[in-house]
Amino acid sequence: MHRIVRKNQLAADVVQLEVEAPLIARKRRAGQFVIVHLNEEAERIPLTIADSDPARGTLTLIIQGVGKSTKQLNRLQAGDVIRDILGPLGKPTHIQPNSQVVCIGGGIGAAVVYPIVRAFRESSSQVISIIGARTKSLLILEDEIRALSEQTIVTTDDGSYGMSGFVTDALKRILSNGKVVDEVIAIGPVPMMRAVCKVTREAGVKTVVSLNPIMVDGTGMCGGCRVMVGGKMQFVCVDGPEFDGHEVDFDELTARLKSYTQFEKESLERYENLCGVHCGLPA
Amino acid sequence: MAKKIGSKTKTPMPCQEARPRARNFSEVALGYSVEMAVAEANRCIECKNRPCIAGCPVEIDIPGFIKAVAENRFVDAAHILKSKNSLPAICGRVCPQEEQCEKVCTLGVKFEPVGVGRVERFVADWARENLADETPQKQPPNGKRVAVVGSGPAGLTVAGDLIQMGYQVTIFEALHKAGGVLVYGIPEFRLPKSIVQNEIDYLLHMGVELQTNVVIGKSLTLDELLSEEGFDAVFIGTGAGLPSFMKIPGINLIGVYSANEYLTRSNLMKAYRFPEYDTPLIRAKNVAVVGGGNTAMDSVRTALRLGADHAYLIYRRSRNEMPARHEEIEHAEEEGVQFHLLTNPVEIFGNERGGVRGMRCQRMELGEPDDSGRRRPVPVPGSEFEVEVDTVVMAVGQGANPVLTSTAPNLKTNKWGNIVADPETCATSIPGVFAGGDIVSGGATVILAMGAGRKAARSIHAYLSDPERSSQTEIQEAVMQG
Ligand SMILES: Cc1cc2nc3c(=O)[nH]c(=O)nc-3n(C[C@H](O)[C@H](O)[C@H](O)COP(=O)(O)OP(=O)(O)OC[C@H]3O[C@@H](n4cnc5c(N)ncnc54)[C@H](O)[C@@H]3O)c2cc1C
Ligand SMILES: Cc1cc2nc3c(=O)[nH]c(=O)nc-3n(C[C@H](O)[C@H](O)[C@H](O)COP(=O)(O)OP(=O)(O)OC[C@H]3O[C@@H](n4cnc5c(N)ncnc54)[C@H](O)[C@@H]3O)c2cc1C
Ligand code: SF4
Ligand code: SF4
Ligand code: FES
Repeated sequence: MHRIVRKNQLAADVVQLEVEAPLIARKRRAGQFVIVHLNEEAERIPLTIADSDPARGTLTLIIQGVGKSTKQLNRLQAGDVIRDILGPLGKPTHIQPNSQVVCIGGGIGAAVVYPIVRAFRESSSQVISIIGARTKSLLILEDEIRALSEQTIVTTDDGSYGMSGFVTDALKRILSNGKVVDEVIAIGPVPMMRAVCKVTREAGVKTVVSLNPIMVDGTGMCGGCRVMVGGKMQFVCVDGPEFDGHEVDFDELTARLKSYTQFEKESLERYENLCGVHCGLPA
Repeated sequence: MAKKIGSKTKTPMPCQEARPRARNFSEVALGYSVEMAVAEANRCIECKNRPCIAGCPVEIDIPGFIKAVAENRFVDAAHILKSKNSLPAICGRVCPQEEQCEKVCTLGVKFEPVGVGRVERFVADWARENLADETPQKQPPNGKRVAVVGSGPAGLTVAGDLIQMGYQVTIFEALHKAGGVLVYGIPEFRLPKSIVQNEIDYLLHMGVELQTNVVIGKSLTLDELLSEEGFDAVFIGTGAGLPSFMKIPGINLIGVYSANEYLTRSNLMKAYRFPEYDTPLIRAKNVAVVGGGNTAMDSVRTALRLGADHAYLIYRRSRNEMPARHEEIEHAEEEGVQFHLLTNPVEIFGNERGGVRGMRCQRMELGEPDDSGRRRPVPVPGSEFEVEVDTVVMAVGQGANPVLTSTAPNLKTNKWGNIVADPETCATSIPGVFAGGDIVSGGATVILAMGAGRKAARSIHAYLSDPERSSQTEIQEAVMQG
């Protein structure tokens, strides 16, 4: 059992939870994730470890409510418990000291990229960060990332804040300024990662993406998280989650993410109906 | 003195009827009544050589417990069983008896062998219902701590044996429930989960500590168990949990599962009870399962129970070579599974949404024997045909999961990634570290994993009782060279 010690609403559908998990808090490194299983009936879902406090024995998770499991987690309050948390899983990010990197976080990807920005910063690298959101109210972690980065560019699709446009527009601008960039780390929705890879492939810049396939065990036992990278089958939970973006078969990943659309819809509708009756909270 | 021969055939096992059971997840075989068990026990002719004992990997005194049943002494029967096999309710259900104890039964030379497994199951179930949990005498605590990695049959056996010898035992399990394949792989309709839970509760009751959600190699390393965590010895029973996928076009389409994923979703995550449980599993109309072992049989029967109109089993050899338990093959046939034997898939086709639309297969014929001694299947030219399916499950073998071994550089593994361990002592290349079960042997059976667990417990005890650890050095050297 893992107790929630703090809760913070970061944006409309985005919640930050600080939760007790002392062993994982001590071990985890940037780029790693946990599998969370809220209760007996729940799914097991992967969530990135956004931060940890080994002294307090806690992890920070940042969760975007997109379906039943994430919305259910986002309704928890300080004092509530999560049944199972497994981790730290996946390979830590390879942090090249003294390098110049561009870190891009789109949407909830900002939560995934944030610990990586910090790790680069702590290894004396220079980080330019680009964080993007559809609109200003969905933007998360701007201050935290800004505090760690040499330069931070915010983009919104609708122009309600920062630069109007996509993260790729900001990236193109940086690359065309002739800035030396050793590596780009791009984390966000699949279409965003794919678009970034297109830009960097043309510019010949190494690009790392963090993939988000559907997972079950998170330990390499089921193969449900498989993606093709450079023509080889990889299990994202153990071989990743980060891969060379220029080698990833995004088409297959996109299709596989839609495996359970029908079920997800049914689950969410059922949950919101039930919840509307019992707890009275807004969906 | 050998007894006279009674019935030539086994007392039939009462089962749920094939039609309704193919659509529910309740147990198929219902178990013997007292009368049936006694009748079956009376079929044992108490032959002089008692070959059945050697046929059982843990050498249960089979004539002993059978005789006790024949004489209505069920408490005695339970004690005889438990003294050699800590999980008889499980083995009675899932052992491949026809390859083990029953294969060599003297009665089986002319007639059907004694239904040893069925009687064993009866005794175990009877004991569970009628005997209060007796806590066996435990040796006084000896202050030494042993870590057990993995809670499958191998790990559970090691834990049960060592706790009785006075050790402090902690099991580390990666998943959120203990039991290994017994909970995530073998379905409810073949092995009710309450039976496995009962065995685990019993271990906890005896004082074994269980830490779920700890994956050794990630949450903690093997080194850390021995150093920071202060364990005096470690047993590794992590199983063969790495799925294999055929290298054919279409393998990553939506609706192509490994058997591990299909069964884990259904058994561990209870997808068959969606939406009460949150984990989904595609409810396909036509399902093809590729393989011929227990895993394939469990998957294809699960597909029927999830509502498939057609469930096909695609296997590249013939029925005789199928490694699955005979009873499961028969049950699958009765339930309406359609067998495509001597058949192998060559391609899976997709639809416009990335889902599975069909599969192309080719016919095979049996050629010369291969390494396994079975005749090698070879494709028949021009024999390709298509089946219309919307889900494909790959049950074509399991490898060794590298999560632990890849972070333990001094732990010797073979070319398939299995841990190298001494067959007699389960000692590995690292002093104080023992291994057994599927992670050493490759995918095998529950009873063999338990047998290895029992051996390992004995040698862990020997190792920790010997202050010089001298016996160990030689074995270690043998392991390193072997
Ligand atoms: C390594 C990794 C790290 C992640 N980190 C974060 C994070 O820090 N914060 C965050 O908000 N989200 C993160 N995600 C995504 C998160 O796991 C999914 O949003 C969540 O599982 C959706 O579940 P749901 O029931 O709420 O939504 P659903 O309605 O079930 O699904 C919505 C969409 O989420 C995806 N999804 C569904 N089930 C799973 C599953 N079991 N595993 C992965 N994806 C699934 C599918 O594409 C689906 O279409 C991460 C994913 C991965 C693989
Ligand atoms: C679907 C299926 C059906 C089967 N049917 C039969 C049958 O009818 N009869 C029969 O005799 N045999 C059957 N078998 C084979 C039998 O189940 C196995 O041989 C047996 O379970 C092996 O036991 P084990 O203890 O070695 O490992 P497992 O049962 O595989 O257990 C290993 C455990 O270790 C855990 N683990 C793995 N890595 C780590 C780690 N790094 N840290 C912590 N924990 C870890 C796993 O999560 C798992 O719980 C079947 C197998 C399958 C898959
Ligand atoms: S444990 Fe298995 S092999 Fe041994 S007697 Fe029982 S059924 Fe037979
Ligand atoms: S071999 Fe068969 S007949 Fe002989 S003792 Fe064993 S069970 Fe009885
Ligand atoms: S989630 Fe099962 S293998 Fe990766």
